[in-house]
This record gives sequence, structure tokens and C-alpha cells, in this order.
Amino acid sequence: MELSTIAQQLVNGIQSGAIYALIAVGYTMVYGILRMINFAHGEVYMVGALVAWLGTSRDWYGVVSHSSTGGLVLLIATAMLVCMTLGVLIERLAYRPLRHAPRLIVLITAIGMSFLLQNLALILFGADPKTVPLTWRTVQLGGISVSLGQLVLLIASLSFMAGLQLLVKRTQFGRAMRAVSEDFQAAALMGVPYDRVIVGTFAIGAALAGAGGAMTAIFVGAPVTPTFGFMPGVKAFVSAVLGGIGNIPGAVLGGLLLGVIEALVGGHPTLSPFRDAIAFCLLIAVLLFRPAGLLGRAVQEKV
Amino acid sequence: MSETILEVRDLHVAYGAIQALKGVSLTVQRGEITTIIGANGAGKSTLLRAISALVRPTRGVIRYETSDITRLPPHRIVQMGIIHVPEGRRIFAEMSVYENLLLGAYSQWGRDLDERLERVFAIFPRLKERLNQRAGTLSGGEQQMLAIGRALMARPRLLMLDEPSLGLAPFLVREIFQIIRQINQQGVPILLVEQNAHMALEIAHRGYVLETGRMVLTDTAANLLRNPAVREAYLGG
Repeated sequence: MELSTIAQQLVNGIQSGAIYALIAVGYTMVYGILRMINFAHGEVYMVGALVAWLGTSRDWYGVVSHSSTGGLVLLIATAMLVCMTLGVLIERLAYRPLRHAPRLIVLITAIGMSFLLQNLALILFGADPKTVPLTWRTVQLGGISVSLGQLVLLIASLSFMAGLQLLVKRTQFGRAMRAVSEDFQAAALMGVPYDRVIVGTFAIGAALAGAGGAMTAIFVGAPVTPTFGFMPGVKAFVSAVLGGIGNIPGAVLGGLLLGVIEALVGGHPTLSPFRDAIAFCLLIAVLLFRPAGLLGRAVQEKV
Repeated sequence: MSETILEVRDLHVAYGAIQALKGVSLTVQRGEITTIIGANGAGKSTLLRAISALVRPTRGVIRYETSDITRLPPHRIVQMGIIHVPEGRRIFAEMSVYENLLLGAYSQWGRDLDERLERVFAIFPRLKERLNQRAGTLSGGEQQMLAIGRALMARPRLLMLDEPSLGLAPFLVREIFQIIRQINQQGVPILLVEQNAHMALEIAHRGYVLETGRMVLTDTAANLLRNPAVREAYLGG
């Protein structure tokens, strides 16, 4: 591969990795608190993309007819709000009644929720791919071409994750979240209402996934289908495990790493068909040597 | 004149088929230290966990001041000022000492936070030295101090301590009991669960003896210390 190709793929990789990371933090936060994998999380991302498409299909936000930054911000905020509501509903209706059920049952419910949302999208909007009718100017940065959309997406994703890190590390809600994830009974003895913390965690994770979906549809122009969230969901899950499930910086690192490796392999003339295979082999290799993930600590099973 | 602050009446708790508490009654008087002594597995911790709503009683009533708190969720009970320092300290090992203290104040977030911190540091100067250290790196004695300091951050109106002496060196046990007495003298009623019956009865006003889920005896702490049956079973003769 030529150097410029590598640099180009690096940029593409960081961009898709940022999206994996945005989804992965949702997986990892929910796992940290409930020790469950919310397999419907990829579908929340899909719904975010659908909202972006809906918002531009009739130009409700005035972003198609003329470029409007405020309109775009509003559109993404709408997607986040819709997804946040969806996340809270999923927790309330599907997972909360199973709070004391065996984990396998919760896991199967999560998979069922994922199918339910996919098929709801299919019934409501059909299977044909939907594209947000926006195009982005490409700029040349020393031999690398980057679309303005890609750039905005990257900056926005990184800001979201920085914001999340601040929330988790500096606020009382963030402390409560970490307390529940470390020892939910001790957290209860501090007066932390853990049901509310759990709902809040779902809401934040879903809002970030929604932002990721909306931004992918808007800035990358990816066609939205009912299964739009499946592969990114799986990849984000891999990212979360790669970085150490339950660990937020780990999920970000895992996402970026996976995105970059995929792009580098995908840009190679002979290796490119093995893109996904190599990504998953990497996961297996990391887990063989560091079962708790790159940044994860060895965790003990809770009783 | 004593006045009842907490009243537990006919409390039953079961873990599956196992009856952990079989009709336990107890009262805590304002301003006093009340201790529950008993062997391992007698149900002492279960009683505190039931008051904190970490386990649900199958029968019985828990009254705090004028309200029935039997069915309240744990965080509401904490809000009312019933603060429980659990067995094994259960500090947040991954967080700093400071963050642990802030979590202690979760239910009573307010302007006088710094004032409360200073009061905790006055009792436990070691915590101030280790403020930014990860709590998991503290020694056992320091962790117990953190657990109690964290509870004080919540402005307790009833402090429940579960085995505060567990796993501590004898000189530390004395220090901790001294501090418990000092906290009580500042006006905080205390419900103390201990296997170290001698130390507990030394500082307590009133004691209860719990045996396999039943209260078998209650008296003033001084009388229990002299009671031959208690001496035989719990004070090493």
C-alpha cells in the first residue's frame, strides 16, 4: 500500500471507529451497571438514522433546501431525544420486569427486542434503502481527501465522548453511576435511587447511539434500512469487549482501534475481502492474552 | 426521659425457605447506643438489612419516629436519616477517598458540604491525608474509618453499624469504639451489631441478644454484662 493510501484509510478508519465508539459506550455503560448486554442497542442507532431520514424527507428542518447549521443541530438533537425516549421505554417495558430474572432470560429478551425493533421499522418504513439527500464538499488535506461531513462527524463524536467522560467523572450522577456499577447495594445505602440511575444510563447510551445513527445518515450518506444497526451494533459490541467491557475509555479505544484496523485491511488490495474476518480474529487474539480487554481489570463475578 | 426513635415489631425475614428472622422486636431510644449481640448467623445483619430495605420482610412493621417505613425503598430510608454502615465496610474501592465521602453525602447534598467534610476530618485525620488515594488501597482500619466517615457525611439521625470491629487489630478496635461513643455523645442514636459482645456492651446503654432469628433477652447493657447466661455464652465465661 502506498503511504497516501494508508493515510487516507487511517482517516476513514478513525471516522467509522468514532461511530463504533459512540455505540460501544452505550453497551459498556449498561453492562457496567446491570451486567447485561443490551442487544437492542444497535437498533437504537438505526432509529437515530431513521429520524434523520424522516427529518429530511420533507425538509422539516430546512436543511435540504439551504444549508443550515442550526437545522442540522436541531435534527440531530431530535434523533437523540427520540432515541433517549426509546431507550427508557426499552428499559421500563422489557428489562425492568426482569431485574431479578436469570441472566439468560434477560439476554434472550434483549435479542427479541432487537428483532422487534427491526421488524417494526420494516413494517412502518419498508425495506428499501433510504438516503438523506445531502452532499458534502470534499477538501484535500495533503493528498488525503476528507469530506466536510466526515470532519464534522469526527469532531462531534469526539466532543460527545469528552462530554460523557466529564459527566461520568465530575458530576454527582456520574459518581452515582459508578457507585451502582461497583456495588449497587452499597450505592443504595448511600441513598442512590438505583432504578433512576439505571434509566439514566439507558437514556444517555441511547442518546449517543441515536446521535451516531443520525450523523452516519447525514454526514456519510449511508443508506438506511431496517438492518442498518445490525453490523455496527455487533462491531460496537466487539469494540466494547476489546477495550474491556464496563470500561468507558476502553470502549472508545476499542472502537477507534477496530475502525482503523478494518479500514487498513479494507484498503489493502488482496486482504480487503477478509476485512471482517481479520477484525474478529484480532478480537480473539486480544481476548486470549487479555481476557478482561485492553483497559479492563480482571473482574470478579458478583454474588 | 427516653423517647423511641426506631421501633421494630414482630419482624419476619426469609431467604427462600430459610427463616432468618422469626418475629424480632426491638426499640432504639433517642440519644442512646443500642447493641444487638449474638453468634454468627443469628440474624443480626439481616435485621439491619431489613431496616435499610435491602431485604423485604415477609411480616412485621418497622416504624421510624412517626412513620411506617416498612415498605419504603432503600434511598427513601437513607433520605430520612437512617444511615447503615454495612458489614465488610463496602467502600467503593475503585473511587478516591474524596469521592467515597461525596457519595456519602448523596442524600443530603447541600451547601454545608465542606463543613461536614471538616467534621469528618476532625474525627478521622487519616482520611484527609489520603483524600485523593484510591479507597481500595487503604488498610482495613482506614477503610472502616472511611465507611463511618462516609456515613457521617449523610448527617445521620440514626446510625446503624454492622460489625465495625471485624478484622481489625485490637488497638484499632478500641479506637473505633471510642469514636462510636464520641459520635453518640454528639447526639446521634446508634444501633450497633457486634460479635465483640464485651466491647459493644461496654459502650452501649441497652442490649439485645439475638439467637437463631429470635430475640431471647433484652436489658440494660450494664445488666447484660453481669448476666451469667450472657457471660457464659458471649463473654467467654
